[in-house]
Parts: sequence; C-alpha cells; structure tokens
Amino acid sequence: MKGEDQPPSRWTQQCWEPFVSEHPERMEGFQTSSGIPIDPLYCHDEDSPGPGEFPFTRGIHPSMYRGRLWTMRQYAGYSTPEETNQRFRFLLEQGQTGLSVAFDLPTQIGFDSDDPEAFGEVGRVGVPINTIDDLDQLLDGIPLDSISISMTINSTAPLLLALLLALAKRRGVAADQIRGTLQNDILKEYIARGTQRFPVEPSMRLVVDVIEHCTKEAPSFYPISISGYHIREAGSTAIQEVAFTLANGIAYLEACRDRGLDLVSVGRRISFFFNAHNQLFEEVAKFRAARRMWAKICRERFHIEDDRACQLRFHTQTGGSTLQAKEPSNNIVRVTIQALSAILGGTQSLHTNSWDEALSLPGQEAARLALRTQQVLAKESAVTDTIDPLGGAPFIEHLTDQIEDAAMAIICEIDGRGGMLKSIDNGSIRRAIEQSSYEAQIAQDSGAATPVGVEEEGEIPEAPFKVDPDIEQRRRQSLEKFRLQRDNSAVNAALLQVEQTATGSDNMIPVLIDAMEAGCTLGEVSRKLATVFGETQDHG
Amino acid sequence: MDRSGPIRVLLAKPGLDGHDRGIRLVLRALRDAGMEVIYTGLRTTPAHIVKAAIEEDVEAIGLSSLSGAHETHFKEVSRLLEQEGATDVILFGGGIIPQQDVDQLQSVGFKWIYPPGTTLDKIVSDLTSALRPTSSRSGDD
Repeated sequence: MKGEDQPPSRWTQQCWEPFVSEHPERMEGFQTSSGIPIDPLYCHDEDSPGPGEFPFTRGIHPSMYRGRLWTMRQYAGYSTPEETNQRFRFLLEQGQTGLSVAFDLPTQIGFDSDDPEAFGEVGRVGVPINTIDDLDQLLDGIPLDSISISMTINSTAPLLLALLLALAKRRGVAADQIRGTLQNDILKEYIARGTQRFPVEPSMRLVVDVIEHCTKEAPSFYPISISGYHIREAGSTAIQEVAFTLANGIAYLEACRDRGLDLVSVGRRISFFFNAHNQLFEEVAKFRAARRMWAKICRERFHIEDDRACQLRFHTQTGGSTLQAKEPSNNIVRVTIQALSAILGGTQSLHTNSWDEALSLPGQEAARLALRTQQVLAKESAVTDTIDPLGGAPFIEHLTDQIEDAAMAIICEIDGRGGMLKSIDNGSIRRAIEQSSYEAQIAQDSGAATPVGVEEEGEIPEAPFKVDPDIEQRRRQSLEKFRLQRDNSAVNAALLQVEQTATGSDNMIPVLIDAMEAGCTLGEVSRKLATVFGETQDHG
Repeated sequence: MDRSGPIRVLLAKPGLDGHDRGIRLVLRALRDAGMEVIYTGLRTTPAHIVKAAIEEDVEAIGLSSLSGAHETHFKEVSRLLEQEGATDVILFGGGIIPQQDVDQLQSVGFKWIYPPGTTLDKIVSDLTSALRPTSSRSGDD
C-alpha cells in the first residue's frame, strides 16, 4: 500500500492524474465505511503498465469505476413492439442506463411475422421487427441521440442497422448522434448460436459492409460485438471462450484489412461480449487475460500503433446455462456471484439474468430484481472504489497467465489449420465445444459438479411469464395494413436495387436504408438477398 | 413392444431455435448406450420430422425447444403422427418448457418432458425400460 510520504508513482503521474483532471472521479476521495482511505490502485510495481495503459490487463480506463460505473443494460424483448416498448420504459424508470433489444427468431433469421417459416416463433424469444414502423413503435418516446441501443442481431444485422438509420432520418437525428452496438458477429452463429441464414462468404461481406458504413457514417456506434457468450453457453470452457472469440476477432480484422479499411478506426469501434459463470476467480482472470491478449494481437499481428484501437471493451452477461429449474430462487445467488466476477474483471456493461429464466422468459418482477442485483453491487458493495482490486494477487495473476497461455496455444492451432474460417468449415470448433460440453455434463451427472438444490425433491414451479399466443394474428394484421399503405412500385424498385448491389461488390448499407425507407420489409429484403447469396443448412 | 436389437430414435429441433447443446448431449448419450440415433439438425418442420420418423422406422422421437415453440410444434408432431397411424412411436421432449405446459404435452402423447438439470442416464434408462424392458431389468437388478 502506498504510504502518505511516498512520491506518486509513474502511473499516477503519467496516466491517472492527467485523465482525472479532465474526467473527475465520482467522489472527491474514496474511503471505507470505517474511514480507511482507498487509493485508485494497489499492488502495482512502478515499471509495469497500469489501468488505461497498453496492454490494459488492469482495465481499459485510468480510473475505471471510480470515474463511471458500467452501463446497466438488460436484454429484453417479447411479444410485440408496443409491449416491448412498455418493458423498456419500465427498465429505464428503474434506473437502467442503456437498452438491449432481444429480437424474435424470425427477425433474427430474416422472416416476417406472417411468413409460414415463422409459425410458432413470433414474439417468443424477442420482439418481431419487420418494418420501419415496427422499430418506430419499439423506440417510441426513446431519444435515439441520448439512450444507447444494443441489438442482438447477426444474419440480419445490416437490415436492422438500415432500419435504425432510416428511423433516425425520419426523426431528424443525425447518423453520427446514434449510440449503441450491433452484435453483427456471424461467425459464432455457425459454431454456437444457430441463426445463420447465408453462407459464410457473403455473410462476412455483410459484416464488413456494416463496419465500413458505421466507421464512416455513424462513428459513435459500435458496429460489431464479438461474442464469446454463446460459445460458452454451447458448452465451451472459459479458455475456449477466450480463444475462439479472439480467433473470430482476428478473422474480422483480417477481413477489414482486406477491404482496405483503416484498422485504427475499426479497432476503436470493435467491442466484445463475454459470459460470466460461477467460478469467480477463473472468470475474473479470464477477462483480464482476454484484454491483454487482444491488445497484443492488435499490436503484434495487425501493427496497430494506436492504443485505444487495441483496447478490448466488453459487455458481460451472466451465464444462462448455469441457471437451474429446481429451487430457482437459488439462481439469484448464482447471478450475484457471476455479476461480481464481471465487475472485478472490469466490464463496460452488464446484463444480469433473471432467476426465472430456466422456466421461461423473465417476468417483470424478476427482471427488476436482476437489475437491482447490479445496483446493489454498484452502490452498496464498494467493490467499485479501487481499480482491479484482485490484480496483483498471486492466484489471480497465475490464472491470468495460464488462461492467456492456453488460449494462445489454441489460437496458434487454429492458425496452423489455416485460420478460423477453415476451422469453422471443417467442424473442428464445434467438435471441440461439444467435447467440453459433454465432459461438463458427465461431471454434473456423476455428482462431481452437481449444482446445489437440483437433487432435492419437489416440483419445478410454474413459469411466471407467458407470451400471448394471439400475437401471430395481431402481427399478421399489422403487416397487412403496412403493405396496403405503401407504394408498391417504389418497393419493387428498391428490391431490384438490393438484388443488383448484392450481385456486385459495393457496400450494401445505403441501398438497404433506401429499401427500408421505401417500405420494404425485413423478410422481403432477406429473401432477395438469399436468392443472390444462397442459404445455409444445418444437417446435425 | 416386441422389437429387439438397438433402439432406433429420431432427435429433432422443430422451429427456428438454435440452442442445440442439450440435444447434442442426448444424441451422444443415446449413441454411447448403443442406440441408433438420427438427428435432423436445426430448423426442421413437424411434417419433415414425422416423415423422417416413419421412413427411418424409429421407435421414439425426441424433440427439443428452448424458444417457446413447443406449444405449436410439439403438438403438431403429435397430431401428424396420429394422422399417419404411427401412435406406437414414443414421444419425448426437453428444453425450456414451463410446468403448466407439461401436462398439456403429456395429454397429447408426450411420455416424458425433461427440464434443465435432467441427467443423461435418466433419459437412457427411461427409453430402455420402455422399449427393451427385459434387457433393462437384467441391467438394473
């Protein structure tokens, strides 16, 4: 610990003081409940990089949560745009600081609510958004230039971006005022999440189209969120989560470089998304290792000199697959531990799962409790008052090094097999995840790692939340009305333009915006793209 | 049931749901237990599932959904099976299935609905004792 009479460290002078003079901390001096002063940083040797310094092991910002807390961003969406808008307003009233849209599966794959392919799935796991009017209703009363909006959307990410930019135009908000994140990470869909629509090659083109358009036209928007979350949910280990996610990141940076994009602008707008499971220390170390690895990858592989472009900034969600249906209120405790790991690991935003999600979509009370869990950690636990509080602890540093070494070895293996695109294509990534998932299940079944409470007698409680089964009918009517009011010749011309651009190599986003403004639906444009790009198939 | 030899099972994910961790674990466990298992991959329709089940002459169909589409798709598979006269095929399912829907699914013919937390052994032994009672009895005793 720094004594009163010691001179300020190099990090304090060079990094912390200049930053804090421009971005004051939340309080003038921090102290514990019994009055012990709390320094910004402990266990820091003079020569090693501190928070805010490359390779950012201890955090990407010089003052971390002493300056600003993470964004509390609960993933929500169900039923209809109107009902989801009510949930969004409720969450904002409860003190949530950003929005995160869950889309239903038909929207994620590119089917309108009235498409036969959408049958049974409309409004189930998220909200259906097919038209500019749908998005307008979803975001009714929500200012696009001050609330940041995260969208979990991948195959159809270019279409949702086009809808959002078209809506911004309609509302008179400039594109460079739009803040938020598009997941737009197609590679993990093929290996872990399963909403892919088009083959890998045209999908990668669309990913880069989005990144290129946003870095130029909507520079406050994060055009990609490279996601380990679903890889972990599919059964990977923490080490594989880091390795496969960063390997996907390498593939995207390579694609951007091949397009001729400026990797500094791109690097500054890339974001990540990780999972948080129950093993607190391993999870904390995972986040620290991922940060250090990505910084080195950017510098050493891609020669990015700009520090900010090498920062791994990330969102965290607590682990859905760790939730249990038996004695589900125990899940509140699991979520708290997982959220704590993300905070101690330096996350930029956080979603805490609701305790009832092993039963159904979260009910409103459970959703509020999940948000309250973050608020208690943020405002009562004081774990936010010093930076990277576990950094320097021998066990944490050891785990951080071990995860880095093991994940880097996996990335080298992937390089040796010709890169991530080849490894996805030959199924080796899926097989590796499946093997880990199987081993974890065996450990759980054998009693070696059985969750608390699941073996107790007793019924599984009823699900507190149910989506209204009539919504497909309501959605059909609203789409019918939309189609009657639009100018069909403009729609057809726009679809033709989409087809022609898809066949060529120009950036698709401007014509997609035109199409959405002309009144095309997400399903119509997706179908048109599928005729040019083809469709993928999962054969099990 | 008077069949002998390996139990034949079809596993499927009806609808658009991409969560296949559970069904892939079941696939592996059933194969490890010596069963012959066909998995149809993501995004299959009830009509396709029933057609494949009849063509492949399976004794059981296992369906997985974590998206809420069980309400429509599980019931449709059951209806089509009945329409085809294949009512001797055992139906089972798993995923995020609210407790209040479990009774309904059982009333349309689903023998077991497995919630999160089910062991793989339980699924193997349920199928074995239902379809090969003699061999399972000798195994249990």
